[in-house]
Amino acid sequence: MSAHERIDELVKNNDVVLFMKGSPLFPQCGFSSRAIAILDHLNVEFASVDVLQDQEIRQGIKEYSDWPTIPQLYVKGEFLGGSDIMMEMYEAGELQELVEEHGLAKAG
Amino acid sequence: MPMAAEDIEGMIKAAIPDAAVEITDLRGDGDHYAARVVSETFRGMPRVKQHQTVYNALGGRMGGVLHALQLATAVPE
Repeated sequence: MSAHERIDELVKNNDVVLFMKGSPLFPQCGFSSRAIAILDHLNVEFASVDVLQDQEIRQGIKEYSDWPTIPQLYVKGEFLGGSDIMMEMYEAGELQELVEEHGLAKAG
Repeated sequence: MPMAAEDIEGMIKAAIPDAAVEITDLRGDGDHYAARVVSETFRGMPRVKQHQTVYNALGGRMGGVLHALQLATAVPE
């Protein structure tokens, strides 16, 4: 499977997936850490992919959405943006709306 | 090698002539910047496209030479 196909599968099989550096518990970069903080704050259920563990995905994800940096957030198969856009959307209340609209919060 | 703030501003303005660009050197180390770019070009554009326009202006440096640029885009009030 090509990197593009693998990314495609990850994006389509998870309602919310974050491509990041490190893990949610141990983010390896300030921008990834900020993305995790936003998702945690909104109590969103999400999958994460550590690009540092996979060079093919690390490179491929930049081409996949024509976006040069990591982290990258995908919701319902669509590229939402990086940590700056997540922050802007959070501050505008748009991210909260998206979570409610698609029922993306953790159960319980 | 890090980039100078004036170079970042220059490249953005070359690609988006009407842009008002504000660069902050977040740590004073010439390597971690925040940029606020305000331009009429962004009107009606989704956020992802606005940021892509700025990244394109930086001609592939973003994520490479320029590893930490916190970006905010807006339309003039």
